[in-house]
Amino acid sequence: MKRQIIDKGVHSTFLLIALFSIAALSLIMVFLFIEGIPIFDQITIKEFVFGQYWYPTDDPTAFGILALILGSVYVTILSGMMAIPLGIMTAVYLAEIAPPKVAEIVKPIVELMASIPSVVIGFFGMVIVAPFIQKLFNIPVGLNMFNASLMLAFMAVPTICSISEDAIFSVPVAVKEASFALGATHFETIAKVIIPASLSGICTAIILGLSRAIGETMVVLMAAGGAAMIPGSFFDPVRPLPASIAAEMAEAPFRSEHYHALFAIGIVLFLFTLIFNLFADYLSHKFRQVGEASL
Amino acid sequence: MESNIKMRTENLDFFYRNFQALHHISIEFVQNRVTALIGPSGCGKSTYLRCLNRMNDLIPGITVKGKALLDNQDIYDPSIDVVTLRRRVGMVFQKPNPFPKSIFENIAYGLKVNGVKDKAKITQIVEKSLKQAAIWDEVKYRINESALGLSGGQQQRLCIARALAVDPEVLLMDEPASALDPIATQKIEELIGKLSSKLTIIIVTHNMQQAARVSDRTAFFYMGKLVEINDTDTLFTKPGLKQTEDYITGRFG
Repeated sequence: MKRQIIDKGVHSTFLLIALFSIAALSLIMVFLFIEGIPIFDQITIKEFVFGQYWYPTDDPTAFGILALILGSVYVTILSGMMAIPLGIMTAVYLAEIAPPKVAEIVKPIVELMASIPSVVIGFFGMVIVAPFIQKLFNIPVGLNMFNASLMLAFMAVPTICSISEDAIFSVPVAVKEASFALGATHFETIAKVIIPASLSGICTAIILGLSRAIGETMVVLMAAGGAAMIPGSFFDPVRPLPASIAAEMAEAPFRSEHYHALFAIGIVLFLFTLIFNLFADYLSHKFRQVGEASL
Repeated sequence: MESNIKMRTENLDFFYRNFQALHHISIEFVQNRVTALIGPSGCGKSTYLRCLNRMNDLIPGITVKGKALLDNQDIYDPSIDVVTLRRRVGMVFQKPNPFPKSIFENIAYGLKVNGVKDKAKITQIVEKSLKQAAIWDEVKYRINESALGLSGGQQQRLCIARALAVDPEVLLMDEPASALDPIATQKIEELIGKLSSKLTIIIVTHNMQQAARVSDRTAFFYMGKLVEINDTDTLFTKPGLKQTEDYITGRFG
């Protein structure tokens, strides 16, 4: 009898703790909406999202965040274009091609790279990469969309690589052997059996890697250049959503229009990552392979 | 007789690092006959089977000595293309291992990697292979569904169909029914009987009744050595050695 009581106690304790974390997170969301929605008394949602001008402190003020949204979208896409192939190919190399001894050394190093603080990566982009690309491409500023994307790719590669590697590594040996036994080469086996079989895990890896890039603040604040304008080329400075919030929140008077507008940016960013994660979840389910059949 | 030998090994030794797993194995496999390899677990029969399509090459740290010949050509000769060899010497594994793809794609895979591009031809061979493996009637309405939804016995026949699709000359079967129930096992055994008119089959089994039922010749392995090989009827009724007799009568192993 006593054991049952303890068991019930354990259940309720865990329930309580779980509820507490969920409640805390929900409160943050509620707060976000309470503080962000008042801006829409001043302007319509359409004006806010599609407005081209972000002049929060001018007179008259303009609260159009299209440039910020596009800044985020472009930086994420560009960093994805760099990080996804790099991450996945590194993962394939580590899981399939590298001699075990090389993989043993390289894999922990890649994972360690994930723990570099973002401010360090931002600093690196600012001090080392910016002057370098400024000279290399002969452009006026080194702090731009390309630089920020490159730095974000740096941050995403370890995540994408290490999770993809796990997924690729967990493809059963039996399935690989089946492919070899039919006269497939190693490359055919990788391209047509191993990668399709681990696609669900690879999708998860990409999403986790890029979610980090979308929400990342410090790197874009330091390396993206910070100009709230719609970029015309890779080498234009941009100001992604998180950078705007971080840069301006300290200056925005409490409960002013600007303050509410920044929270509304937070809402947009939240919806952005939410949609991204839902899409990711959908993809990873779509490609999920159900395990071996019952024997 | 000599011309009927499809495959043979001469003094085949197999080492895993410093451990010798096979000692001087010499066997001749007659064309379009079923040869069973029996013996207790760990006797090297599966290792030997995997030498015949160089599947062991995938394991680091192995050495093979001696000769393994397919149509009088040494398959360990450096000039041999292992990819072509594996197309000619197909394999069915112990546990069904379909690809996580549709039934159709499972069969078509081997054709595609071997350069068949004509879709009509692929469709035709897929159907033919599934019929050969006696599973066509069970899957013809769900050919585009995942192979992982099939039962274990169906999956194993699918794997046989997949191996047959690339038209191998020799089929290696590594305990193909050990993970299956008796009814599925019976189906696989019937299938082996039918296939042996067109193929040279080498089957590893730990089930002696199965060896007796399906094979023409049986080889008994023990501790990495070939103890005895003979016509199946002779081996099971008049074993030449005491050791063989003890094993087949169930006194050890």
